[in-house]
Amino acid sequence: MKKWIAFWNILDKDMRAYYLKPPNISWGLIFPLAWTGMFFIRSGQGLDSIAGLLPGVVAISILFGTTSMLAVTVTFEKKARSFERLLLAPIPLQVLMLAKTAGAILFGIANAFVPIIMAAFLTDLSSVAWLVVIPAIVLIAIASTFIGLFIAVSVSEVFEAQTFSNFFRFPMIFLCGLFFPIADLPSLLRPLSYALPLTYGADILHAGFAQQNQMPFWMNLIILCAFCVVLFMVSLRNIRRKWIT
Amino acid sequence: MIRLIPAQMKTKTAMPTDSAEPIISVRGLGKSFGKVTALDGVDFDVPQGRIFGFLGPNGAGKTTTINILTGLMRPERGSVSIAGIDCAENAKAAQHLMGVVADQSNLYPELTGFENLCFCAALYGLSKKTRQDKARHLLNIFGLTDAADRKFSGYSKGMKRKLTIASAIIHQPKILFLDEPTTGIDVASARQIRQLILDLNRQGTTVFLTTHYIEEAQRLCERIAFIVNGKIAHIDRTENLLRSVHGRHIIELTLNSSTEDISDKLNDRFDELEVESLSRSRFRFTADKPVNIGPLIQFFESQGLEVGEARKARPTLEQVFVEITGIEAELMTREKEKAETQR
Ligand SMILES: Nc1ncnc2c1ncn2[C@@H]1O[C@H](COP(=O)(O)OP(=O)(O)OP(=O)(O)O)[C@@H](O)[C@H]1O
Ligand SMILES: [Mg+2]
Repeated sequence: MKKWIAFWNILDKDMRAYYLKPPNISWGLIFPLAWTGMFFIRSGQGLDSIAGLLPGVVAISILFGTTSMLAVTVTFEKKARSFERLLLAPIPLQVLMLAKTAGAILFGIANAFVPIIMAAFLTDLSSVAWLVVIPAIVLIAIASTFIGLFIAVSVSEVFEAQTFSNFFRFPMIFLCGLFFPIADLPSLLRPLSYALPLTYGADILHAGFAQQNQMPFWMNLIILCAFCVVLFMVSLRNIRRKWIT
Repeated sequence: MIRLIPAQMKTKTAMPTDSAEPIISVRGLGKSFGKVTALDGVDFDVPQGRIFGFLGPNGAGKTTTINILTGLMRPERGSVSIAGIDCAENAKAAQHLMGVVADQSNLYPELTGFENLCFCAALYGLSKKTRQDKARHLLNIFGLTDAADRKFSGYSKGMKRKLTIASAIIHQPKILFLDEPTTGIDVASARQIRQLILDLNRQGTTVFLTTHYIEEAQRLCERIAFIVNGKIAHIDRTENLLRSVHGRHIIELTLNSSTEDISDKLNDRFDELEVESLSRSRFRFTADKPVNIGPLIQFFESQGLEVGEARKARPTLEQVFVEITGIEAELMTREKEKAETQR
């Protein structure tokens, strides 16, 4: 019970101190907007292509929203030493890190709906399978938050976290089958695609928005869940190893 | 006077006796960072309900010790037990008993004073009502009520320090770790903080205090450990430490002009006195019997030096510290060497 009071207050504090601040809200809106605009202009296909582009824009919004937040809630607090307070509190490390990441996960989910709501004004989304899309959004948010956590724990400066995130983010966007089918990638890069959690998330999104998936829904789901668990465990291990020296 | 600790805890510690159980017990503690050995076989016990002073120069290993005791670092060697819990094995298990004031203020700059306190209380699972009541109460005690709704980032150094201490005691810890609580703040605030430490202790809190200020330790601590280069140089009850210098007589002479180093000459001439040169114009003479200043003044005059002031000093813990650690002597040698090379 006590640890859930701590959990909720850590989440609540992060929400109020970071996520609900005007710069972050506008960032969360502008970023997906810019991506959407960019892709529509480049594709030049007009409104018909929206449903085809939506999975990519949704995934990118989540990926960028979550990973950039962890650099603040974890790396920055570690640097400013207020993170020590959390490590000194009698809360199990798992609960503590879940609390620190829950805000980013929610932020990622909220970001995902920005392009979806925009698209709803421009095109007909009635054929979208929401029961498939929503679990995918949630799992992509969790997986990319934990990627962000992994990065945040591996670095000690906020700028390093940002640089390191880009090192992961940009290749991921092009390798995970969001914009080009994985089958079109050079065969050398293909194994890399299957090592990325976003690939499986993207596949579910394609299924949900346009019924164009490569793998069965449940398999994507299981693999994505496995990625989440592994990334979280690895990050916890790194925290124990690196921060409690 | 602060009222924080429930009554049943008070009775247990109201009459401190020598047989107080150790609440912290450290044996053979060792820790190194690469080539630097920060702690090298540290042993000590902190009796329950006492103020324990941990004194030492920069880099002696004070903060490292606190970090290990509170679970922020893992010991390399040795054992740490807090209230019977083996902390080397399970550091988390004892954390609910502890309050920690780190050597730097580490609250959230973007939260207000009130929010910071409520947040810290929540980390220990206090309910909302209790958190808010306690936060208001502590802000009042620390004289921060007017600043309650201001952001922590706008606080002055002393205010930050006070709020950091308040945040460490809001969950009524049994053991309070204070890492140099009065460093870098003004005299009045420092005095207030010392009084708070005494009040908390009177209500039963065991205090582990590190400091550079020997006088602070002398005034507050029941027991003191001197740590130098990661080793405990000496540990005893403060009264015993002082007893070792109690019968000593100390005279400090100040000259009207500064002089070259004449400690050697003084040592030759007055072999019954211990001579320390405090600066180029101040000397301290220590002896087991009253110091006769006539011959001293005569000696200085024979060197063409005029004594401007003679003062009798009370023996303090500082002498004990200097004797045990040799720190001041070392410092002087270094300064002397510097002067030599400049010449
Ligand atoms: N995280 C660390 N990495 C490397 N070396 C460290 C680390 N922490 C402490 N040390 C080293 O260990 C030694 C003891 O440091 P510690 O901070 O415990 O000293 P201290 O007694 O608290 O000093 P001060 O009075 O300056 O606060 C020092 O030589 C310091 O450089
Ligand atoms: Mg220190």
